[in-house]
Amino acid sequence: MAWDWQIFCRETATGEQIPHCFGKGGDETYLDWLLSAWGWTLTVSVSALVVALVTGLLIGTLRTLPNSPWLSRFANAWVELFRNIPLLVQLFLWYFVLPGIFPALQAIPSIYLVILALGLFTSARVAEQVRAGIQALPRGQRYAGMAMGFSTTQTYRYVLLPMALRIVIPPLTSESMNILKNSSVAFAVSIAELTFFARQSGEETSAPVQMYLAVTILYAISAFAINRIMAFIEKKTRVPGFVVAGGVGGGH
Amino acid sequence: MLGNLDLSFFSWDLLAPFVIRGLIFSLWLTAVATIGGMVFGTILALMRLSGKKALEIPAAAYVNTMRSIPLVMVLLWFYLLIPFAIGRPIGAEMSAVVTFIAFEAAYFSEIVRAGIQSIPKGQVNAGYALGMSYQQNMKLVVLPQAFRNMLPVFLTQTIILFQDTSLVYAIGAYDMLKGFETAGKNLGRPVEAYLLAAVLYFLMCLALSALVRRIQLKVQIIR
Repeated sequence: MAWDWQIFCRETATGEQIPHCFGKGGDETYLDWLLSAWGWTLTVSVSALVVALVTGLLIGTLRTLPNSPWLSRFANAWVELFRNIPLLVQLFLWYFVLPGIFPALQAIPSIYLVILALGLFTSARVAEQVRAGIQALPRGQRYAGMAMGFSTTQTYRYVLLPMALRIVIPPLTSESMNILKNSSVAFAVSIAELTFFARQSGEETSAPVQMYLAVTILYAISAFAINRIMAFIEKKTRVPGFVVAGGVGGGH
Repeated sequence: MLGNLDLSFFSWDLLAPFVIRGLIFSLWLTAVATIGGMVFGTILALMRLSGKKALEIPAAAYVNTMRSIPLVMVLLWFYLLIPFAIGRPIGAEMSAVVTFIAFEAAYFSEIVRAGIQSIPKGQVNAGYALGMSYQQNMKLVVLPQAFRNMLPVFLTQTIILFQDTSLVYAIGAYDMLKGFETAGKNLGRPVEAYLLAAVLYFLMCLALSALVRRIQLKVQIIR
């Protein structure tokens, strides 16, 4: 099988070769499509990461609150709920089931539903890491906050969270890379991201190897970039003289 | 408010013909991928810790490649390439099995590696001091303790693996999710079918994680 890389310069609708590979006007080459698919993958991943970090931080903190059994129970239930249903099934819940039950949701563009599904799915994992991070701190830190006359909010804001968040950066790095990889399930609800592009263009062009290869490389580059950005953040926020042992991140 | 959701529509008799085949496949895939992934994962881990560059580099390259690609893409790749490699189509289900073993081996190898590295170096040296060979040392001293240390992570990974089996959707293999989907489409109740699928996955995973917690308490080595 000859490896025809010119295939990326082909127009998606008419199939004619476009010089310089980038379509002008209404034309779109496979290269154009690939790049826009990459954009969608990054958009979904980064937005979902924001949702996951904000929600996960909140839920993870709630789980460690000393005197609020109902809040901790709510947070525990949250984690169990979002951790024990496969991501693809959760995506279908957001995409098919919830709009089926609440017709008002049908007006929401599917991209937002995907971001919510992926973000909340990951929030359970982030919450676990945040809880572990807070609990990894010596108990004396909490007592020190109390002895200073801090309220619970102040203890968390000024004593516990600044340290705990630094501890959880390594596991959060692997969660961020997981979110990028997990964004691939969006193909199932026809978001035009990389995996969707790979399936679709592979079929249209009968050159799946080239298409898959391009997509795989873009995933690897993106994952590597996230890894470097997180390493940079870790380095910038390091407290001098305090060495944090790297956590082992599980999952995919 | 609740639209036209009607869960009473489905009975087990109505669902069973669609779901049971998929449920069995999902469980079978999980079991085969766990065992296969464990075997190949252990081999990969031993290669990476062998101290021989010729073994370390390919093993590390394999593991890192697998871990940086989404599982869905790996499924698509294998589904595309296996027929080329063996010269005939093997079907989505068999392709999924091969993919999962190859993919999980990379993840399990990291768990095994961490498990082996959790054994103090002194134990290995003690084994050598007793005149044990590398094989004897691994078999009698290191691996039994390593497996025990990594059991909780290993079981958690198996639950994740079970959840990931739903991704065979990408190549159209008939798993539990597909069973519910087919039932929903054929009986004209897709919303309820997806909801029931989610409930069943949730209950199964919840039961498994409760089991993992109990095992964790039992096998913990108290130092």
